[in-house]
Amino acid sequence: MIKLTAKMPFQNLLPLRIGTITLSDETPAFMTLIDYPDGSEAGVSEALKKAHRIPLAALNRTTRHAENRCIWFGKNHLLLGPEPDEALAKIARLTDVSDGYAVLRAEGKDIEVALARLVPIDLALSHFKIGHTARTLVHNMHAAVIRVSNCAFQIIVFRSMAQTLMHDLMRAMRSVDARASLLKR
Amino acid sequence: MRLDRAGLIDRARPLRFTFDGVSMTGYQGDTLASALLANDVCLVGRSFKYHRPRGIMTAGSEEPNALVTVSPGQGQDPNVRATTLELYNGLSAESQNRWPTLNWDLLSVIDFAAPFLGAGFYYKTFMWPKAFWERLYEPLIRRAAGLGALNGTAKDKTYEKANAFSDVLIIGGGPSGLMAAIQAGRAGLNVIIADEDVTLGGRLLSDGGEINGAPSEEWLATVKSELAQLENVRIFNRTTVTGVYDNGTFGALERVSHHITDRPKGLVQDCFWRIVAKRTILASGALERFIAFANNDRPGIMTAGALRSYINRYGAAPGRTYTIFGNNDSAFETVLCLQEAGLHIAAYVDSRSDTTITGDFPIFRGAVVSNTAGRKNLQSITVRHDGGEDKISTDVLAVSGGWNPTLHLSCHMNGRPIWDELIQSFVPQGGAIAGMVYAGACVGHMSTAACLRSGSENALSVIADLGAKADPRTLPSAEDRPYAIKPLWSVASRTGVRAWVDFQNDVTVKDIEQSVSENYRSVEHMKRYTTQGMATDQGKNSNVTAMAVLADVNGWTIPETGTTTYRPPFVPVSIAAMGFEGAGKGFAPERFGSTHNFMMERAAPLIEAGLWYRPSYFPQRGEKTWRESCDREVLSVRNAVGVSDISTLGKIDIKGPDAAKFLDFVYINTFSTIPIGRMKYGLMLREDGFVMDDGTTARLGNTHYLMTTTTAAASQVMCHLEFVHQCLHPEWDVSLNSVTEHWTQFAIAGPKARQLLNTVLDEPLKDVQWPFMSCGAVNVLGVWGRLFRISFSGELGFELAVPSRFGDSLFRILIAKAEEYGGCVYGMEALNVLRVEKGFITHAEIDGRVTALDLGLQRLLSQKKDCVGKTASARPGLMDPERPSLVGLKTVGTVKQLTAGAHLFNEEDPVKSAYDQGFITSVAYSPVLERYHGLGFLRHGENRMGERVRMVDHLRDIEALCEVIPTVAFDPGGERTRD
Repeated sequence: MIKLTAKMPFQNLLPLRIGTITLSDETPAFMTLIDYPDGSEAGVSEALKKAHRIPLAALNRTTRHAENRCIWFGKNHLLLGPEPDEALAKIARLTDVSDGYAVLRAEGKDIEVALARLVPIDLALSHFKIGHTARTLVHNMHAAVIRVSNCAFQIIVFRSMAQTLMHDLMRAMRSVDARASLLKR
Repeated sequence: MRLDRAGLIDRARPLRFTFDGVSMTGYQGDTLASALLANDVCLVGRSFKYHRPRGIMTAGSEEPNALVTVSPGQGQDPNVRATTLELYNGLSAESQNRWPTLNWDLLSVIDFAAPFLGAGFYYKTFMWPKAFWERLYEPLIRRAAGLGALNGTAKDKTYEKANAFSDVLIIGGGPSGLMAAIQAGRAGLNVIIADEDVTLGGRLLSDGGEINGAPSEEWLATVKSELAQLENVRIFNRTTVTGVYDNGTFGALERVSHHITDRPKGLVQDCFWRIVAKRTILASGALERFIAFANNDRPGIMTAGALRSYINRYGAAPGRTYTIFGNNDSAFETVLCLQEAGLHIAAYVDSRSDTTITGDFPIFRGAVVSNTAGRKNLQSITVRHDGGEDKISTDVLAVSGGWNPTLHLSCHMNGRPIWDELIQSFVPQGGAIAGMVYAGACVGHMSTAACLRSGSENALSVIADLGAKADPRTLPSAEDRPYAIKPLWSVASRTGVRAWVDFQNDVTVKDIEQSVSENYRSVEHMKRYTTQGMATDQGKNSNVTAMAVLADVNGWTIPETGTTTYRPPFVPVSIAAMGFEGAGKGFAPERFGSTHNFMMERAAPLIEAGLWYRPSYFPQRGEKTWRESCDREVLSVRNAVGVSDISTLGKIDIKGPDAAKFLDFVYINTFSTIPIGRMKYGLMLREDGFVMDDGTTARLGNTHYLMTTTTAAASQVMCHLEFVHQCLHPEWDVSLNSVTEHWTQFAIAGPKARQLLNTVLDEPLKDVQWPFMSCGAVNVLGVWGRLFRISFSGELGFELAVPSRFGDSLFRILIAKAEEYGGCVYGMEALNVLRVEKGFITHAEIDGRVTALDLGLQRLLSQKKDCVGKTASARPGLMDPERPSLVGLKTVGTVKQLTAGAHLFNEEDPVKSAYDQGFITSVAYSPVLERYHGLGFLRHGENRMGERVRMVDHLRDIEALCEVIPTVAFDPGGERTRD
């Protein structure tokens, strides 16, 4: 029998490196939007913790256990990594968006400098610490930006905009790299 | 000539450059202006209006004369200030506004007609005949006057925008800014110090002097080194803060690579920064102003401060014999500078009779320069004093009329500066910009010691304000001479001899007098009448002098006269710097569906809708026009089966106990009553009662719906739903999420649709299953998906959805099978033909101006419930039976073509707007019907079936006789759809 083959948004496009910055695909197998009625946040957080060992994230924050991550996503939360436990579905409204978003990891010494060309908020480590997240813009695109380490960010955009994200990032990376090469002269 | 003094240029690194095709040599560290002066080039341009020979007047971004075109040819940069253009190997620059050459500019004859060309001349002269303005006068004037020009070809350079954030933004890297930066940096604040020069130092780079009893270079080097080591301090060299905006936001232009010969790939020309700061210290210094006297615009006449810059910083001497003309003590420094360089001082002219200067050169106290001579270079000046007039030979005249604090940025939020009698200039008003304080010369502190003190004090106040801890150290000691000045704005001259105020726009004292005589007395009127201060330098040199002259002519004081409005940008910013990233692929995101690669492989032309790139049609070998491909695709759907990617339609997942109630409120028809597993067509109104969008919504569970929207209106509908939920009914428990991207969805349509579908379903459908408008879950080659029995083509139709990662794979399988069945993949053109044949609407019809009544869909409006837009839709104007309603059209005359956008008229009526009966919204050539079928809105349309109307397309010049027919032209009973 013929089988359908899966194709991920950054397939054959990543990883990629320009200067000190590397882009890689971190689109997980499952992504789930979590909505819940007013007043049930504590219960949903408890259920999420019980099922996947992570509570709901606070405003502009993320929670994490191993590869699983819960991200504050504006008006709701986004669960990255696990297939949501059935128990969670009993208390929260879950919407499968595993194929709705593309998740890219941008990492390197100059990543803050490159993102300063695209993201209009302060991403300095002193201000935007590890685990912080924001719904913001990457050039023209709506995105979620998450700091995952001292010099790495995850960027989440609509799946259809994966190539535009790469285009915009690569332009900024080339500019930063060209400036760096001037200093070496 | 080049002096032997060291200066700040690197004599070990000579650079070759050309000016007007002549090859010359300069050094690393030179500007084009300093290199030209070192090569004895004094004539660098022609004036804007009179084509007067002009030389270099300043050493900074305020330069009005020395504007050049860099890299003439493709992508040339016009109007670049030679005074800030760093020299680099291979630099090619040209002078501007001259013909045929700078030395022999034939247009300089205009200068002889100057008595007739004063301010207001154009307004009065070129009024008649009216038609001549655009055809004759304006082209002539544009040729004769102006600055540099673009050459009309795109640049091969790139630009960028960037964002920066800081606790403190320090604008200006002179002694005040440096002192502030070091204090704030030591206190641990995040600091950005921005300066338009290539390095920090400000006037210290040109005037030197001593700090802490040693040459100021030593203190400067120590401070720069410490700042460079502080990780919390960022130094933005070559960066001019150009504007102030709300909430501590600043625009700044960084010149990144203008000075680099072989640019690395990807390096931008300019970066336009958006800097956000909690506090700002304005330490932008002061600009030296001129004095208006007869023929004060000759090459060789420059500001005294600029002369010191060229000599001290660049080791470039612009002449051999020097005179100085001033009204304040700062001009003294020029004497010392010239003497140290061993240059000959022909005379020192001070308008103050009590000046204390002494020296072994002629000193004229209480005297003024009353005229000058020399066409392309200064040759002599005339000094008027108590004893009469003396003519003195000189080739350089250094002028100092005092200093104007550079307060422009403090006025960008409507603040007005205040007059300071002591320094005879305007100073910024406290609190004009929230969070901004002023340090140094920009607020009237003119000595180095005062600047250092001011910088430190302001930094300490900002540090305390932000809750940081200062690191107090002893303030450096430095020169602290008082700044003594006696105002002198203009020198009376003989009738008919011009004294320039605004050099860039050729505005003279006489022009200001003329303005007042014509009753344009207010400063704003004078500015517009004379064009003073309106050029690329925005009057940096001329504004205060012009106001003083205006005050004098009016008999007012300067504070009474006031200032004009300071606006961004402080220096010219190229549109490319602000907009380059919005060009090409940077204009908007490109949304590519999961089948994008397939479309590219099939060479399908793409059209953009809602940022998605959708296939127009799929050409096959031998097909020469889009119509051939489109007709084939349409016939395939009608006769066999077609597959089309319709994933771009908006898909909104709606969940919650109040989901049904919510849908009933946003749609005009009822959705709470449809059973699970069924779907329904719905129409949605805006609050004003006009149609917003249409689509189908499926009930997937008791409290779970899936709404579809049109592609283009998906985000609009999502916003609308959120508005309804968050603002109108926040108490309803419902959640809304876009799942458009998660699902890839294909339309499978045609008589063989079920046959094709069954080849990919794990459990094939039976004929009785999935009646029209039913939906549910299916397994597609092992993958969970959703199936909807729906048709936008009028054929037996299904829409099959799978998670997007499987979209490409499923699409290829379906199309291969479809082709085996005699079908094909079809694009937007065929999709459009199929829907027009069936009279289905899109946003061509629901363009924001139509009602449900216009569409003939008023029957859908439920009377049992309220909905968004219901009340407004009942307004008399929207229920007017005169409103055009949707009809079908076909041609009946000799012209067989219909065109969208054409207007409709009664057959016998004149073709005038007063007789307009409606317009055509959609047109398609139907290969099945073998004719055009059109949809349009026609007055009383529903009652005019069978009537004839005239179609007139004014744009394409086409007229056709049409018959009004029903909108549905194919299978009006819908038998094919319902199987």
